[in-house]
Amino acid sequence: MFSTVFLQLLAGFRQTLAVFFLTLFFSIPLGLVICFGSMSRFTPLRWVTRGFVWVIRGTPLMLQLIIIFYGPGLMFGLTGLVSRFQATIVAFSINYACYFSEIYRGGIESIPKGQYEAGQVLGMTKNQIFFRVVLLQVIKRITAPMGNEIITLVKDTSLARVIGIYELIWAGESFIKKGLIWPLFFTGVYYLVFSGLLTILLDKLDKKLGYFRG
Amino acid sequence: MAVLDVKNIKKGFGEADVLKGVSFSLEEGQVLAIIGSSGSGKTTLLRCLNFLETADEGEIWVKGKQLLSQSEKEIRENRLHFGLVFQNFNLFPQYTVLENITLAPNLLKRGTVAENKIKAEELLQKVGLSHKADSYPHQLSGGQQQRVAIARALALNPEILCFDEPTSALDPELTGEVLRVIRGLKNGGNTMIVVTHEMEFARQVADMVMYMADGVIEEMGPPEQVFGNPQSEKTRAFLRNALDNTWEE
Repeated sequence: MFSTVFLQLLAGFRQTLAVFFLTLFFSIPLGLVICFGSMSRFTPLRWVTRGFVWVIRGTPLMLQLIIIFYGPGLMFGLTGLVSRFQATIVAFSINYACYFSEIYRGGIESIPKGQYEAGQVLGMTKNQIFFRVVLLQVIKRITAPMGNEIITLVKDTSLARVIGIYELIWAGESFIKKGLIWPLFFTGVYYLVFSGLLTILLDKLDKKLGYFRG
Repeated sequence: MAVLDVKNIKKGFGEADVLKGVSFSLEEGQVLAIIGSSGSGKTTLLRCLNFLETADEGEIWVKGKQLLSQSEKEIRENRLHFGLVFQNFNLFPQYTVLENITLAPNLLKRGTVAENKIKAEELLQKVGLSHKADSYPHQLSGGQQQRVAIARALALNPEILCFDEPTSALDPELTGEVLRVIRGLKNGGNTMIVVTHEMEFARQVADMVMYMADGVIEEMGPPEQVFGNPQSEKTRAFLRNALDNTWEE
Protein backbone atom coordinates (compact mmCIF):
# COMPACT_ATOMS: atom_id res chain seq x y z
CA MET A 1 0.00 0.00 0.00
CA PHE A 2 2.57 2.50 1.13
CA SER A 3 4.89 1.62 -1.71
CA THR A 4 2.11 2.15 -4.30
CA VAL A 5 1.41 5.59 -2.93
CA PHE A 6 5.09 6.33 -2.62
CA LEU A 7 5.75 5.39 -6.24
CA GLN A 8 2.79 7.29 -7.59
CA LEU A 9 3.78 10.38 -5.65
CA LEU A 10 7.28 9.91 -7.00
CA ALA A 11 5.86 10.17 -10.53
CA GLY A 12 4.32 13.53 -9.60
CA PHE A 13 7.52 14.58 -7.87
CA ARG A 14 9.46 13.87 -11.04
CA GLN A 15 7.36 16.51 -12.83
CA THR A 16 7.88 18.88 -9.92
CA LEU A 17 11.63 18.42 -10.20
CA ALA A 18 11.54 18.90 -13.97
CA VAL A 19 9.72 22.22 -13.59
CA PHE A 20 12.08 23.25 -10.79
CA PHE A 21 15.36 22.54 -12.54
CA LEU A 22 14.34 23.74 -15.99
CA THR A 23 13.03 26.98 -14.48
CA LEU A 24 16.34 27.61 -12.71
CA PHE A 25 18.27 26.67 -15.84
CA PHE A 26 16.51 29.32 -17.92
CA SER A 27 15.70 32.00 -15.37
CA ILE A 28 19.14 32.44 -13.82
CA PRO A 29 20.79 33.67 -17.07
CA LEU A 30 17.59 35.35 -18.32
CA GLY A 31 17.49 37.29 -15.06
CA LEU A 32 20.93 38.69 -15.83
CA VAL A 33 19.74 39.90 -19.26
CA ILE A 34 16.70 41.57 -17.69
CA CYS A 35 18.92 43.03 -14.98
CA PHE A 36 21.21 44.65 -17.57
CA GLY A 37 18.12 46.00 -19.33
CA SER A 38 16.79 47.53 -16.13
CA MET A 39 20.20 49.17 -15.48
CA SER A 40 20.75 50.32 -19.07
CA ARG A 41 21.85 53.89 -19.68
CA PHE A 42 19.49 53.87 -22.70
CA THR A 43 16.38 55.28 -21.02
CA PRO A 44 13.62 53.72 -23.20
CA LEU A 45 15.10 50.25 -22.73
CA ARG A 46 15.39 50.83 -19.00
CA TRP A 47 11.75 51.92 -18.68
CA VAL A 48 10.40 49.12 -20.88
CA THR A 49 12.34 46.56 -18.86
CA ARG A 50 11.26 47.99 -15.52
CA GLY A 51 7.64 48.14 -16.72
CA PHE A 52 7.85 44.50 -17.74
CA VAL A 53 9.29 43.51 -14.36
CA TRP A 54 6.53 45.48 -12.66
CA VAL A 55 3.81 43.62 -14.60
CA ILE A 56 5.34 40.19 -13.99
CA ARG A 57 5.99 40.75 -10.31
CA GLY A 58 2.67 42.51 -9.84
CA THR A 59 0.40 39.78 -11.18
CA PRO A 60 -0.09 36.21 -9.97
CA LEU A 61 2.08 33.51 -11.47
CA MET A 62 -1.11 31.44 -11.80
CA LEU A 63 -2.60 34.06 -14.10
CA GLN A 64 0.59 34.17 -16.17
CA LEU A 65 0.49 30.39 -16.57
CA ILE A 66 -3.08 30.53 -17.83
CA ILE A 67 -2.38 33.40 -20.23
CA ILE A 68 0.71 31.77 -21.71
CA PHE A 69 -0.98 28.39 -22.19
CA TYR A 70 -4.43 29.47 -23.34
CA GLY A 71 -3.62 32.94 -24.67
CA PRO A 72 -2.22 32.06 -28.11
CA GLY A 73 -5.19 29.80 -28.88
CA LEU A 74 -7.93 32.07 -27.57
CA MET A 75 -6.55 35.35 -28.87
CA PHE A 76 -4.93 34.40 -32.17
CA GLY A 77 -6.40 30.98 -32.92
CA LEU A 78 -2.98 29.43 -32.58
CA THR A 79 -3.93 26.23 -30.80
CA GLY A 80 -1.26 23.70 -29.98
CA LEU A 81 1.49 26.29 -30.27
CA VAL A 82 2.99 25.30 -26.94
CA SER A 83 2.46 22.14 -24.93
CA ARG A 84 1.32 22.33 -21.31
CA PHE A 85 4.79 21.57 -20.12
CA GLN A 86 6.44 24.12 -22.43
CA ALA A 87 3.97 26.79 -21.32
CA THR A 88 4.78 25.98 -17.71
CA ILE A 89 8.52 26.35 -18.23
CA VAL A 90 8.08 29.60 -20.17
CA ALA A 91 5.82 31.15 -17.53
CA PHE A 92 7.94 30.05 -14.59
CA SER A 93 11.20 31.09 -16.25
CA ILE A 94 9.97 34.58 -17.10
CA ASN A 95 8.42 35.03 -13.66
CA TYR A 96 11.48 33.93 -11.74
CA ALA A 97 13.87 35.75 -14.07
CA CYS A 98 12.14 39.00 -13.11
CA TYR A 99 12.58 38.33 -9.40
CA PHE A 100 16.18 37.27 -9.95
CA SER A 101 16.90 40.38 -12.02
CA GLU A 102 15.94 42.59 -9.11
CA ILE A 103 18.15 40.59 -6.75
CA TYR A 104 21.04 40.87 -9.21
CA ARG A 105 20.46 44.60 -9.57
CA GLY A 106 20.51 45.10 -5.82
CA GLY A 107 23.72 43.08 -5.61
CA ILE A 108 25.45 44.92 -8.43
CA GLU A 109 24.43 48.34 -7.15
CA SER A 110 25.73 47.49 -3.68
CA ILE A 111 29.31 47.02 -4.90
CA PRO A 112 31.31 50.14 -4.00
CA LYS A 113 32.22 52.45 -6.87
CA GLY A 114 35.85 52.16 -5.81
CA GLN A 115 36.00 48.57 -7.04
CA TYR A 116 35.11 49.69 -10.58
CA GLU A 117 37.50 52.63 -10.40
CA ALA A 118 40.34 50.44 -9.15
CA GLY A 119 39.80 48.22 -12.18
CA GLN A 120 39.61 51.23 -14.50
CA VAL A 121 42.87 52.81 -13.37
CA LEU A 122 44.53 49.42 -13.85
CA GLY A 123 43.52 49.56 -17.51
CA MET A 124 40.91 46.79 -17.39
CA THR A 125 38.01 46.71 -19.85
CA LYS A 126 34.41 46.94 -18.67
CA ASN A 127 33.96 43.21 -19.22
CA GLN A 128 37.10 42.37 -17.30
CA ILE A 129 35.97 44.54 -14.41
CA PHE A 130 32.54 42.91 -14.35
CA PHE A 131 33.62 39.32 -14.68
CA ARG A 132 36.96 39.38 -12.84
CA VAL A 133 36.34 41.93 -10.12
CA VAL A 134 32.65 42.51 -9.45
CA LEU A 135 30.83 39.27 -10.25
CA LEU A 136 32.07 37.05 -7.43
CA GLN A 137 31.43 39.81 -4.90
CA VAL A 138 27.88 40.10 -6.25
CA ILE A 139 27.37 36.34 -6.03
CA LYS A 140 28.48 36.39 -2.41
CA ARG A 141 26.07 39.19 -1.60
CA ILE A 142 23.04 37.60 -3.29
CA THR A 143 23.28 33.99 -2.11
CA ALA A 144 20.88 34.59 0.80
CA PRO A 145 18.07 36.29 -1.20
CA MET A 146 18.56 33.87 -4.10
CA GLY A 147 18.25 31.00 -1.64
CA ASN A 148 14.93 32.40 -0.51
CA GLU A 149 13.59 32.57 -4.05
CA ILE A 150 14.85 29.09 -4.89
CA ILE A 151 13.13 27.60 -1.84
CA THR A 152 9.95 29.44 -2.84
CA LEU A 153 10.21 27.98 -6.32
CA VAL A 154 10.18 24.45 -4.89
CA LYS A 155 6.68 25.06 -3.60
CA ASP A 156 5.47 27.31 -6.44
CA THR A 157 5.89 24.40 -8.85
CA SER A 158 2.55 23.15 -7.52
CA LEU A 159 0.85 26.00 -9.41
CA ALA A 160 1.59 24.21 -12.68
CA ARG A 161 -1.41 21.98 -12.10
CA VAL A 162 -3.77 24.80 -13.15
CA ILE A 163 -2.79 24.10 -16.73
CA GLY A 164 -2.78 20.38 -16.22
CA ILE A 165 0.71 19.40 -15.18
CA TYR A 166 0.58 16.25 -13.12
CA GLU A 167 2.84 17.44 -10.32
CA LEU A 168 3.24 16.30 -6.74
CA ILE A 169 0.13 17.86 -5.14
CA TRP A 170 -2.11 16.56 -7.91
CA ALA A 171 -0.59 13.12 -7.49
CA GLY A 172 -1.40 13.25 -3.78
CA GLU A 173 -4.89 14.61 -4.34
CA SER A 174 -5.79 11.84 -6.77
CA PHE A 175 -5.88 9.41 -3.84
CA ILE A 176 -8.80 11.27 -2.27
CA LYS A 177 -11.15 9.65 -4.78
CA LYS A 178 -10.03 6.33 -3.36
CA GLY A 179 -10.80 7.54 0.15
CA LEU A 180 -7.22 8.19 1.15
CA ILE A 181 -6.30 11.58 2.58
CA TRP A 182 -2.84 10.85 4.00
CA PRO A 183 -1.07 10.68 0.63
CA LEU A 184 -1.92 14.36 0.11
CA PHE A 185 -0.45 15.19 3.50
CA PHE A 186 2.53 13.01 2.75
CA THR A 187 3.47 15.20 -0.25
CA GLY A 188 4.67 17.67 2.38
CA VAL A 189 7.46 15.24 3.27
CA TYR A 190 8.76 15.37 -0.30
CA TYR A 191 8.82 19.16 -0.26
CA LEU A 192 10.47 19.23 3.14
CA VAL A 193 13.20 16.75 2.25
CA PHE A 194 13.91 18.49 -1.03
CA SER A 195 14.03 22.01 0.40
CA GLY A 196 16.14 20.65 3.26
CA LEU A 197 18.70 19.36 0.76
CA LEU A 198 18.69 22.70 -1.04
CA THR A 199 19.22 24.53 2.24
CA ILE A 200 22.30 22.40 2.94
CA LEU A 201 23.64 23.08 -0.57
CA LEU A 202 23.07 26.82 -0.27
CA ASP A 203 24.80 26.83 3.13
CA LYS A 204 27.76 25.09 1.56
CA LEU A 205 27.97 27.72 -1.15
CA ASP A 206 27.75 30.44 1.47
CA LYS A 207 30.61 28.87 3.46
CA LYS A 208 32.65 28.45 0.31
CA LEU A 209 32.40 32.18 -0.36
CA GLY A 210 33.13 32.99 3.27
CA TYR A 211 36.88 33.10 2.66
CA PHE A 212 36.71 36.77 1.76
CA ARG A 213 34.82 39.78 3.03
CA GLY A 214 33.29 42.34 0.78
CA MET B 1 61.57 67.58 -21.22
CA ALA B 2 58.68 67.53 -18.78
CA VAL B 3 57.14 64.11 -18.25
CA LEU B 4 53.75 65.70 -17.64
CA ASP B 5 52.24 68.89 -19.03
CA VAL B 6 48.80 69.92 -17.90
CA LYS B 7 47.33 72.85 -19.79
CA ASN B 8 44.33 74.80 -18.62
CA ILE B 9 42.22 71.92 -17.28
CA LYS B 10 38.64 72.88 -16.51
CA LYS B 11 35.97 70.70 -14.98
CA GLY B 12 32.50 71.45 -13.68
CA PHE B 13 29.77 69.35 -12.16
CA GLY B 14 26.44 70.89 -13.03
CA GLU B 15 26.52 74.46 -11.78
CA ALA B 16 29.72 74.07 -9.78
CA ASP B 17 33.05 74.85 -11.44
CA VAL B 18 35.46 72.61 -9.58
CA LEU B 19 38.55 73.22 -11.70
CA LYS B 20 38.79 76.66 -13.26
CA GLY B 21 41.85 76.31 -15.44
CA VAL B 22 44.79 74.43 -13.96
CA SER B 23 48.18 74.31 -15.67
CA PHE B 24 51.47 72.90 -14.46
CA SER B 25 54.24 70.60 -15.55
CA LEU B 26 56.26 67.97 -13.81
CA GLU B 27 59.81 66.77 -14.47
CA GLU B 28 60.86 63.15 -14.46
CA GLY B 29 61.56 61.90 -10.94
CA GLN B 30 59.89 64.86 -9.28
CA VAL B 31 57.42 64.57 -6.44
CA LEU B 32 54.56 67.05 -6.47
CA ALA B 33 52.50 67.47 -3.31
CA ILE B 34 49.07 69.01 -3.72
CA ILE B 35 47.64 70.62 -0.61
CA GLY B 36 44.47 72.58 0.01
CA SER B 37 41.21 72.38 1.91
CA SER B 38 38.44 69.98 0.94
CA GLY B 39 36.50 71.16 -2.07
CA SER B 40 39.48 73.00 -3.52
CA GLY B 41 39.54 70.64 -6.53
CA LYS B 42 42.69 68.64 -5.77
CA THR B 43 41.03 65.23 -5.89
CA THR B 44 39.12 66.17 -9.06
CA LEU B 45 42.41 67.19 -10.68
CA LEU B 46 43.87 63.78 -9.83
CA ARG B 47 40.76 62.03 -11.18
CA CYS B 48 40.99 63.99 -14.43
CA LEU B 49 44.61 62.92 -14.83
CA ASN B 50 43.55 59.29 -14.34
CA PHE B 51 40.59 59.72 -16.72
CA LEU B 52 38.08 58.76 -14.05
CA GLU B 53 36.62 62.14 -14.92
CA THR B 54 36.80 63.73 -18.34
CA ALA B 55 38.01 67.30 -18.22
CA ASP B 56 35.63 69.74 -19.95
CA GLU B 57 38.53 71.69 -21.38
CA GLY B 58 42.29 71.60 -21.45
CA GLU B 59 45.07 69.29 -22.50
CA ILE B 60 47.12 66.59 -20.85
CA TRP B 61 50.52 65.80 -22.38
CA VAL B 62 52.74 62.94 -21.28
CA LYS B 63 56.31 62.90 -22.60
CA GLY B 64 55.46 65.27 -25.41
CA LYS B 65 52.39 63.38 -26.57
CA GLN B 66 48.88 64.72 -26.08
CA LEU B 67 46.41 62.27 -24.54
CA LEU B 68 43.14 62.30 -26.45
CA SER B 69 40.05 60.55 -25.22
CA GLN B 70 37.86 59.89 -28.23
CA SER B 71 37.24 56.19 -27.66
CA GLU B 72 37.09 53.86 -24.69
CA LYS B 73 40.24 52.16 -25.92
CA GLU B 74 42.11 55.47 -25.97
CA ILE B 75 40.93 56.28 -22.46
CA ARG B 76 42.14 52.88 -21.27
CA GLU B 77 45.53 53.44 -22.83
CA ASN B 78 45.75 56.95 -21.37
CA ARG B 79 45.10 55.59 -17.91
CA LEU B 80 48.13 53.34 -18.14
CA HIS B 81 50.45 56.37 -18.11
CA PHE B 82 49.22 56.98 -14.59
CA GLY B 83 48.81 54.88 -11.50
CA LEU B 84 46.37 55.81 -8.77
CA VAL B 85 46.42 54.85 -5.12
CA PHE B 86 43.05 55.55 -3.53
CA GLN B 87 42.21 56.88 -0.11
CA ASN B 88 40.22 53.72 0.64
CA PHE B 89 42.73 51.28 -0.91
CA ASN B 90 40.05 49.52 -3.01
CA LEU B 91 41.79 46.18 -3.02
CA PHE B 92 39.84 43.33 -4.59
CA PRO B 93 38.55 41.37 -1.56
CA GLN B 94 38.23 37.97 -3.25
CA TYR B 95 41.87 37.85 -4.34
CA THR B 96 44.99 37.27 -2.29
CA VAL B 97 47.55 40.03 -1.95
CA LEU B 98 49.65 38.46 -4.71
CA GLU B 99 46.64 38.00 -7.00
CA ASN B 100 45.62 41.63 -6.45
CA ILE B 101 48.98 42.67 -7.85
CA THR B 102 49.14 40.21 -10.76
CA LEU B 103 45.50 40.46 -11.91
CA ALA B 104 45.84 43.50 -14.17
CA PRO B 105 49.26 42.62 -15.66
CA ASN B 106 47.93 39.15 -16.46
CA LEU B 107 44.70 40.48 -18.00
CA LEU B 108 46.63 43.08 -19.99
CA LYS B 109 49.14 40.40 -21.05
CA ARG B 110 52.02 42.52 -19.81
CA GLY B 111 54.22 39.44 -19.44
CA THR B 112 53.83 35.76 -18.77
CA VAL B 113 51.98 34.66 -15.66
CA ALA B 114 55.27 33.45 -14.19
CA GLU B 115 57.06 36.74 -14.91
CA ASN B 116 54.23 38.74 -13.38
CA LYS B 117 54.35 36.60 -10.25
CA ILE B 118 58.07 37.19 -9.82
CA LYS B 119 57.59 40.91 -10.36
CA ALA B 120 54.75 40.98 -7.81
CA GLU B 121 56.94 39.23 -5.26
CA GLU B 122 59.66 41.84 -5.82
CA LEU B 123 57.14 44.63 -5.34
CA LEU B 124 55.84 43.04 -2.15
CA GLN B 125 59.39 42.93 -0.86
CA LYS B 126 59.74 46.61 -1.73
CA VAL B 127 56.71 47.50 0.40
CA GLY B 128 57.75 45.08 3.14
CA LEU B 129 54.90 42.61 2.83
CA SER B 130 56.47 39.46 1.38
CA HIS B 131 55.08 37.44 4.27
CA LYS B 132 51.51 38.50 3.40
CA ALA B 133 51.49 37.34 -0.24
CA ASP B 134 48.83 34.70 0.39
CA SER B 135 46.67 36.72 2.78
CA TYR B 136 43.35 38.23 1.83
CA PRO B 137 42.79 41.98 2.15
CA HIS B 138 40.48 41.68 5.16
CA GLN B 139 43.28 39.99 7.09
CA LEU B 140 45.52 43.06 6.75
CA SER B 141 45.65 46.34 8.64
CA GLY B 142 44.78 49.53 6.78
CA GLY B 143 48.43 50.47 6.43
CA GLN B 144 49.26 47.05 5.00
CA GLN B 145 46.33 47.25 2.59
CA GLN B 146 47.53 50.62 1.37
CA ARG B 147 51.04 49.26 0.82
CA VAL B 148 49.56 46.42 -1.25
CA ALA B 149 47.58 49.00 -3.24
CA ILE B 150 50.85 50.83 -3.95
CA ALA B 151 52.49 47.59 -5.12
CA ARG B 152 49.45 46.89 -7.31
CA ALA B 153 49.71 50.31 -8.96
CA LEU B 154 53.46 49.87 -9.51
CA ALA B 155 52.99 46.50 -11.21
CA LEU B 156 51.95 48.26 -14.41
CA ASN B 157 55.01 50.56 -14.42
CA PRO B 158 53.09 53.83 -14.62
CA GLU B 159 55.10 56.88 -15.65
CA ILE B 160 53.40 58.97 -13.01
CA LEU B 161 52.08 57.50 -9.77
CA CYS B 162 49.26 59.45 -8.12
CA PHE B 163 48.10 59.23 -4.52
CA ASP B 164 44.73 60.53 -3.39
CA GLU B 165 45.10 61.28 0.32
CA PRO B 166 46.78 57.92 0.87
CA THR B 167 46.83 58.15 4.66
CA SER B 168 43.50 59.87 5.34
CA ALA B 169 41.63 56.62 6.03
CA LEU B 170 44.34 55.28 8.32
CA ASP B 171 44.72 55.33 12.07
CA PRO B 172 47.46 57.82 12.99
CA GLU B 173 49.89 55.09 14.07
CA LEU B 174 49.66 53.49 10.60
CA THR B 175 50.38 56.54 8.46
CA GLY B 176 54.15 56.29 9.00
CA GLU B 177 54.57 52.95 7.26
CA VAL B 178 52.76 54.21 4.14
CA LEU B 179 54.62 57.51 4.03
CA ARG B 180 57.93 55.66 4.40
CA VAL B 181 57.07 53.54 1.34
CA ILE B 182 56.25 56.67 -0.68
CA ARG B 183 59.52 58.28 0.40
CA GLY B 184 61.32 55.10 -0.67
CA LEU B 185 59.71 55.35 -4.12
CA LYS B 186 60.97 58.90 -4.47
CA ASN B 187 64.48 57.69 -3.76
CA GLY B 188 63.92 55.05 -6.44
CA GLY B 189 63.28 57.82 -8.98
CA ASN B 190 59.50 57.48 -9.37
CA THR B 191 57.57 60.52 -10.59
CA MET B 192 54.70 61.11 -8.20
CA ILE B 193 51.77 63.38 -7.44
CA VAL B 194 50.53 63.17 -3.87
CA VAL B 195 47.35 64.84 -2.69
CA THR B 196 47.86 65.04 1.03
CA HIS B 197 46.94 66.63 4.32
CA GLU B 198 50.30 65.64 5.83
CA MET B 199 52.09 68.99 5.73
CA GLU B 200 55.27 67.71 7.32
CA PHE B 201 55.44 64.92 4.73
CA ALA B 202 54.89 67.41 1.89
CA ARG B 203 57.61 69.66 3.27
CA GLN B 204 60.14 66.86 3.57
CA VAL B 205 59.46 64.70 0.51
CA ALA B 206 58.03 66.94 -2.21
CA ASP B 207 60.15 68.75 -4.77
CA MET B 208 57.24 70.99 -5.57
CA VAL B 209 54.21 71.95 -3.52
CA MET B 210 50.98 73.11 -5.10
CA TYR B 211 48.42 74.88 -2.96
CA MET B 212 44.97 74.76 -4.51
CA ALA B 213 42.02 76.94 -3.55
CA ASP B 214 38.64 77.31 -5.28
CA GLY B 215 39.65 75.35 -8.35
CA VAL B 216 42.83 77.22 -9.18
CA ILE B 217 46.50 76.93 -8.26
CA GLU B 218 46.84 79.63 -5.67
CA GLU B 219 50.54 79.09 -5.19
CA MET B 220 53.15 76.65 -6.42
CA GLY B 221 56.83 76.31 -5.74
CA PRO B 222 59.50 74.40 -3.87
CA PRO B 223 58.48 73.50 -0.30
CA GLU B 224 60.92 75.98 1.23
CA GLN B 225 59.11 78.75 -0.59
CA VAL B 226 55.49 77.63 -0.13
CA PHE B 227 55.93 76.69 3.51
CA GLY B 228 58.70 79.12 4.43
CA ASN B 229 57.74 82.24 2.56
CA PRO B 230 54.22 81.95 1.09
CA GLN B 231 53.39 84.82 -1.26
CA SER B 232 49.62 84.68 -1.17
CA GLU B 233 47.46 85.69 1.75
CA LYS B 234 45.20 82.66 1.17
CA THR B 235 48.18 80.31 1.39
CA ARG B 236 49.33 81.93 4.59
CA ALA B 237 45.88 81.58 6.14
CA PHE B 238 45.60 77.92 5.08
CA LEU B 239 49.04 77.05 6.42
CA ARG B 240 48.37 78.83 9.69
CA ASN B 241 45.39 76.56 10.24
CA ALA B 242 46.96 73.41 8.84
CA LEU B 243 50.18 73.69 10.81
CA ASP B 244 48.53 74.79 14.01
CA ASN B 245 47.96 71.53 15.81
CA THR B 246 46.84 73.07 19.05
CA TRP B 247 43.16 73.31 19.74
CA GLU B 248 43.19 75.32 22.95
CA GLU B 249 42.09 78.91 23.06
